[in-house]
Formats: sequence, structure tokens, C-alpha cells
Amino acid sequence: MTEMTLLQAVNDALRTEMGRDDRVLVFGEDVGFNGGVFRATEGLQKEFGEERCFDTPLSECGIIGTAIGMALYGLRPVPEIQFMDFIYPAFDQIVSEAAKMRYRSGGEYTCPMVIRTPCGGGIRGGHYHSQSAEAYFCHTPGLKVVYPSTPSDVKGLLISSIRDEDPVIFLEPKRIYRSMKGEVPEGEYTVPLGKGRTVREGRDCTIVAWGAMVDVCEKAAVELATKGKEVEIIDPRTLVPLDESLILDSVRKTGRLVVVSEAPRTGGFAGEIAAIVAEKAIGSLEGPIIRVTGFDVPFPYTLEGVYMPDPRRVVRGVEDSFNW
Amino acid sequence: MSTAKKKTGTKTLKGAKSGHDGRQLFSILEEGGHVAKGKDPKIPKDELIRLYRAMITTRIMEERALNLQRQGRIGFYVPCKGQEASHIGTAYALKDSDWVFPAYRQPGIMILRGAPMQQIVDEWYGNEGDICKGRQMPVHYSFRQIHFVSISSPIGTQMTQAVGAGMAAKYRKEDTVFMTYCGDGGTSENDFHCSLNFGGVYKAPVVFVVENNQWAISTPLETQTASETLASKAEAYGIPGVRVDGNDILAIYQVTKEAVDRARRGGGPTLIETLTYRVGPHSSSDDPSRYRDDAEVQSWMDKDPIERLKAYLKKKRWWSQEMEDEIRETARSEINAAIRNAEEKKPPSISSMFEDVYLEKTTQLVEQEDYLKSFGDNEANQIGEFPL
Ligand SMILES: Cc1ncc(C[n+]2csc(CCOP(=O)(O)OP(=O)(O)O)c2C)c(N)n1
Ligand SMILES: [Mg+2]
Repeated sequence: MTEMTLLQAVNDALRTEMGRDDRVLVFGEDVGFNGGVFRATEGLQKEFGEERCFDTPLSECGIIGTAIGMALYGLRPVPEIQFMDFIYPAFDQIVSEAAKMRYRSGGEYTCPMVIRTPCGGGIRGGHYHSQSAEAYFCHTPGLKVVYPSTPSDVKGLLISSIRDEDPVIFLEPKRIYRSMKGEVPEGEYTVPLGKGRTVREGRDCTIVAWGAMVDVCEKAAVELATKGKEVEIIDPRTLVPLDESLILDSVRKTGRLVVVSEAPRTGGFAGEIAAIVAEKAIGSLEGPIIRVTGFDVPFPYTLEGVYMPDPRRVVRGVEDSFNW
Repeated sequence: MSTAKKKTGTKTLKGAKSGHDGRQLFSILEEGGHVAKGKDPKIPKDELIRLYRAMITTRIMEERALNLQRQGRIGFYVPCKGQEASHIGTAYALKDSDWVFPAYRQPGIMILRGAPMQQIVDEWYGNEGDICKGRQMPVHYSFRQIHFVSISSPIGTQMTQAVGAGMAAKYRKEDTVFMTYCGDGGTSENDFHCSLNFGGVYKAPVVFVVENNQWAISTPLETQTASETLASKAEAYGIPGVRVDGNDILAIYQVTKEAVDRARRGGGPTLIETLTYRVGPHSSSDDPSRYRDDAEVQSWMDKDPIERLKAYLKKKRWWSQEMEDEIRETARSEINAAIRNAEEKKPPSISSMFEDVYLEKTTQLVEQEDYLKSFGDNEANQIGEFPL
């Protein structure tokens, strides 16, 4: 075990896999020589050479299109998109190509690749350095969507993603890139895709959250405990595939559900979780399912602090699931 | 946009000619402000001093902005130091009624076109005085009053839009010209290629300016393209490409004027590559010493565009110390006053966050606003540091 930040865990996972498997290539804008604008790929070019870790021209479409080609030819590309907000020039390659390759070719061709990208708000990045756009990708059959919340999960899930046979969108909550530290196992540590984690046990209400929102919910849980409410926090870790049974079992126990997501409300993945619980566990519910989310507005700059769900809003959400 | 008539499958590609070769570097200003006989574009004294003032004001404004960022008083800044001639000189070739579709590194155009300093500074602070209502990061201005279209971060998107605006002006039989900017990195994005292609096909009245400052954050030009020059990319799209010394405001004006005139005459677009250098960091969060040599930076400092224009003014005996002092003092006091005012302003209201998503708020937005307000008086949180 070593104490690491989330960023160091990304770096450690990439280094581990590059060392183990020479099919793993890491590339993107400013990823090589400078080690990425957040330093997630620091030192990889030095250690593994320019052939395995390199800078690309400024074209997300080019980065992802070529990654798909590499995957088709047997490599394991791990391209980086500098900010999730800049993934859209590559949207077509991701949703029309990578996501559908296996299906449309009857399984002849596949795209095992991991698209890493920092996402989410909380760094005063305004519209274009803050979005949490997981919903677009969860809505696309053929893509797996991973959204970790701790350094050890980052490492274990990133290694599993690289070893996975399908394309993975790997979302890194940049707000806690450096601020969150935790013990991370050394070497080839893996966390399976599709298995959620119970962050905190409690009997009164289930909270489901992912990415940087898990930390926010943990703070809210402490406050709720002082008010006599013990909440159970579930971090699904991967949104696709989703660990439904973990969520359903928890709701069956607590009888209540609050879903917390920093993304805009309408069409967000929080709604998907609410729907699953409403369909499969309505008999266990003792109160309304509550969503605590970002608002249906472009991510604001000055008012980011009131845009993002915070512990106060989570506490209110839990209270609302009781008082109705 | 006259695609109604059937066309034959073959045609000779005959783009307009510019008289410049996209592989040669065009320049006018020589060492010591000297200009070869017959090459002087003869910009009148007052006009040249206006350009000189705009460049210096931009430089001083940016020094203050970077300081404010370091002191934690604003969140972020993107300096254009060394590139003042490149964008001020190109934009100067436009009429006031012409439009600009900028990237994020052309602040001098706002100064040249007379955007109020207060509104520029309010945008940095994202306060209640900000035209964009504090919604965007610093330097993502919008100034309809000077035909300076709203800036976004995603690289290159503005270029296709400029072509569309050009097509619209043509359709309306108006002679507005549209100038759009991107960097060397921007030439790798899809939008760059689409815009040259559409611009060429529809002969849109557009001037594409690529400010080649040789770096895209830490990525050097040679990683960006295998082309010998960026201007030569124009050839493939059947439009003229011109490569100009981006620190030589006389040369820049000269080639851009030709391009603007051609666009206005219906001759279609031109691609202008201004060869310059990003002397400063990519942004307030970047440390360029990690990836490039100080000697390279220094060699470009020696080609400073302001000093080069100054040498020319001196040669013409149009420069004086009093004038220099006045320009600097005026700029400083204007900026300082704007900062003082900006710091007294409040953050935008919570209601403002829910406005302008649509012309009218949806019922969902009304409900979400009420919900947020139910938490009582929310002060926007402190200006934090942006890590990139
Ligand atoms: C679509 C997109 N991808 C990535 C980024 C992140 N980014 C911001 S500026 C920049 C480099 C731009 O370089 P260049 O086009 O040369 O312009 P310069 O900054 O040198 O003016 C990058 C990669 C972005 N803003 N948009
Ligand atoms: Mg550049």
C-alpha cells in the first residue's frame, strides 16, 4: 500500500499496464513530453519511449479515430481527451464507431480501448472545463462507462478497463485529482467493472453517488448522523455495467433513495437509477425517490459554488425523502 | 450559394490569386524601422499611432491581468504577449461594420475596436457588470456592440461559423467581411478544414487568420503538421494562402487589406498565416519552462512587435517620449480605474444563472430556481485557482 492522490493512481495504473503489456499505448494532446496538463501521464514518455507515450496534433477526432484503428489492429490504446468538455469533435468516432464495431461486424472486429478524460466541476473552469457528460455515453450501447471516486478505485478500475475487451469511457473527477489521497495497493491491482461499493453503511436512507459527489455525500452523512439519520452510501463505480443488485438490496433495506449527481438534471443518469428502483423495488419504498443534481443550465463560472450539489443540498434531499 | 443550376462534373479549380506565395514569408519592417523603397504601405501618422496605442494598451492590460491572477483576485488569464501586431494589424484592415469571430488570444481587437475597458475587466471578474453575466471563464468575451462574436473554449468552432455568416451576408447582398482567428494548433481540428472547404466552395467573404505562435500549450508546431507552412494548406482548398511576418504590423496590414478587399469584391476567402511566437505562458496556469528553451523565448522577445513599430515611428520622427508616456499613463489609469470599479461589484444574482438558457424559462427551470433560492442567501464562493 502506498498513499496516493487520484492523479498518482492514474499514473500508477498506466505505468503498471504499460510495463506489463507492450500493446498499451498512451497518447493525446500534451500527454507525452509534458506529461499531460494535469500531469496524469508524467514520466511515461521517459520510461517507455516516444513510441508508447506521445503528443498528438490538436484533434480529438484524430485521437479517437486513430485509437480505434490501433485497437482494430491489435493494440490497447489509452487515448486521453484533455477535458471531457472537448470530447465532442470525437463524438462520432466514439458513438458511431467504437461503440458499434463489435455488434455491426457480428463480433469480427472489436475496439478494446480506454478513453480517459478529466471531468466534472469544482475547479472554476466555467462552461468548458467542468461538465459531467456521462449520460451521453451511458445512452450509447456498446460503451462501458467508469466513474471512480477514490485513488484505489481509480487504479483498480483503470487497470481492469485497459484489460477489458470493450471500449471504456474512463471519467476522472478532476475536482479531487489532487485533494483526495488514499491507500493504493501496489502492482497489478484490479477492481472488476460492474461491481459497486458500499461507502458507508446505514439503515435509514440509501444515497447513490459517483465521482466527486461521493465525497460530498460522505460529508452530508456526517451531518445527517448528528441529526439521527444513518444513511447508506452506494458508489456504483461503473455506470455501465451497473451493479443494480447492490443498489436494490440497499433500498430494500432502507426504504428510501436519494441519487446525487453533479450533471444537469434532465436526462441525467440519476434519473436512470431512479427508474430502475421505481421499477424493481417500489414495494420497498417508504418515501419519494429524490434527485439532487446540477441544474438544467450550462455550467456557470462565478456561480459554480451554488450550481454544484453540496452537503447542504444532500441533507435537504434526504430530509425530503422523509417529509412528503 | 447558387447550387440550383446543374453543374458539369469537371471544372478547373481556379481560386483567386493573391500575388503572394504561401511558402514565402512576407515582411516589410526591417532592422531599425527601415522600410525598402516602394514597400511602405503608407499608413497615415494618426492611424499608426492608434495602432501603437492599441498594442501598448493591450500589453499593459495583460500585465495587470496576470498580476491580478497571481494575487488571486481573478481566476484565470490567457496572455497574448508578442502577438499584438498579429491580431491588431489584421483586424485593423477591416471596416468597423465588419465582423470578427475570434479565438481566445486576440484581446487587442477589443481595444482597437473601442470596447469599454470596464466591460473587459468586469468579464475577468465575472461580476454583475459582466456582459456574459459571470457565466464564462475570464477571456471568453462577447461584444456585440463591436461585432466581436462570443468566444468559446472548444478550439476551431468559430471558423465554420464565420463562413456561414459570410454566406448569410452574401445572401443578403451586404458587403460585410468576416475575419476569424485560430492558432497553429487550431489548424488540426476538423472545423479548420471544413471552414476552408466551405469558404472556398461558396466564395464566402471571409479572412482566416492563423496566428502561428508555434506552440499549442506544450505541443510544438512540428507535432501539429507535416506541412512546410500553414498558409500552404490553403492551396488544397483552392483559396489563396499568405504567410506573413506576424511581428511586422506593416506587412500584416498590407496582406490583410488585400485579402479583405478581395473578400468584399466577391473574390472569396484568404488564409493568412501570421508567423509569430507566444512569448508568455499558454495561460496563467501553464509553466512553459517545463517544455521549451529560454533562449528560444529570448530570441523572439528581441523581435517584439511593439519595439519594431516604435523603431519605424522613430525613423519617421513620429515618436516622442511625451507621447509614449501619455499612452502608457492613459492605459494604466484606465485599467486601474476599471479594476477598482470591478472589485466593488457584486457577483451576478442567483436568478441570472437560470436566465438566457432559453428566451423563456421552462417550468423546470422556474422550479429549480425556486428550489435553489429556498436555501436562502447564497454568496458565490471565493475565486479559486484554475489549475490549467
Ligand atoms: C476542442 C479542444 N480541445 C482541446 C482544448 C484544450 N486547449 C486549449 S488551448 C489549446 C492549445 C491551442 O493551441 P493553438 O491553437 O496553437 O492556439 P494558442 O493557444 O497557441 O493561441 C488546447 C489543446 C480546447 N480548448 N478545445
Ligand atoms: Mg499556438
